[in-house]
Amino acid sequence: MYEGAIQDLIDELGRLPGVGPKSAQRIAFHVLSADPADVKRLAAALQRVKELVRFCTTCFNVAESEQCRICRDPRRTGDVLCVVEEPKDVVAIERTGEFRGRYHVLGGAINPLEGIGPDNLRIRELMARLADGTVKELILATDPNTEGEATATYLALLVKPMGIAVTRLASGLPVGGDLEYADEITLGRAFEGRRAV
Amino acid sequence: MTGFRTKLYRDDAVVLRCQKLGESDRIITLFTRRHGRVRAVAKGVRRTTSKFGARLEPFGHVDVQIVEGRTLHVIGQVEGIDLFGKRFIEDYPRYTAASAIAETAERLTPVEEEPALRLYLLTLGALRALAGGEHAGTLVLDSYLLRAMGYAGWAPALSACAVCGTDGRHRAFSVPAGGCVCPDCRPPGAAHPAPATLDLMAALAEGDWRVADASDHSARREASGLVAAHLQWHLERALRSLPLVDRS
Repeated sequence: MYEGAIQDLIDELGRLPGVGPKSAQRIAFHVLSADPADVKRLAAALQRVKELVRFCTTCFNVAESEQCRICRDPRRTGDVLCVVEEPKDVVAIERTGEFRGRYHVLGGAINPLEGIGPDNLRIRELMARLADGTVKELILATDPNTEGEATATYLALLVKPMGIAVTRLASGLPVGGDLEYADEITLGRAFEGRRAV
Repeated sequence: MTGFRTKLYRDDAVVLRCQKLGESDRIITLFTRRHGRVRAVAKGVRRTTSKFGARLEPFGHVDVQIVEGRTLHVIGQVEGIDLFGKRFIEDYPRYTAASAIAETAERLTPVEEEPALRLYLLTLGALRALAGGEHAGTLVLDSYLLRAMGYAGWAPALSACAVCGTDGRHRAFSVPAGGCVCPDCRPPGAAHPAPATLDLMAALAEGDWRVADASDHSARREASGLVAAHLQWHLERALRSLPLVDRS
């Protein structure tokens, strides 16, 4: 146990996800020995993120104004909507440079074991966005795990009767890998989703 | 060499739950045949390049090699025996029923690494029946819950009074009393389910699928309510997945 400010800092850092007591101590002592200007910049960044960042009122991505950068961009097409679980998934898809539509962030996936049902996600808001008839295709880009797939199945059941095309991201072999190391599920999916060349 | 061998074992298991850990790992809760409920780390399974991540998705029946650790065990290798999860993700109501089965199995094995072979076989059988799709998902779930409660020692009394033991199918049902109760023992607030509901519960507890499959919607709904109330009363905690089971 240390005294005063250094112990307070260790305690606060230790509450962060993935930071244990040893890591908290290491970061605290790094802060202590760092340049005061660097520490001020870090403190200001922490304060600013809490003050400025909020959720976009349209897609629920992180934003610094009422709408996020993507929802404000008039060059993005409004007839294709990509549904993701978390804001970090938006960043991953944006890095591909392949998608020019808009997003909807659900805020997680349906997981009954954790008590997360459809009412705990932004599904009602998604249905409201789809109701005006602008969206022609809904891309379900939830994680390719059990919870993500079940969420996609649930959304497809809700949206298909509205006459909107519902698509799911393809699953298959990672680029740069060897076929012999692929597990049977991924390889099976790759066979199901094979395409003509 | 002997010391190393004792720290490594192989067992077949049902995957009950996955929780994120750190950057790319998961803590997997397994219900194993010989070692009971085990929590083990699966390293790097959230990466798209993981060699066995897909086999450790919830509800899968797997053959697993586990290395014992000081705090958490580590999963070394996994082979899929029957990966039920991929059938549930195409059927949302069955996915929610499978979640309730997994959570119940976890709650009924409070002590880690204490073998519970009968409950393991029942859980595996329930997931297999659910994946097979021969019976309605909610019937499979309620049958599992009734039989699992029987293994835990607090199955609801359905063919005798729960208080005095008088034989017969009594009309009143009291969760605190432990099941059906005769008119003399009936406590205030006891429910009066339809006779068809009690017939259905008895059929589900005994595995009489001819009667269960022929039951009507109202009996199924009432039986589900009584089974859920009985289970949660004895567990002394609500199951998170039960209210989310899609009974449509």
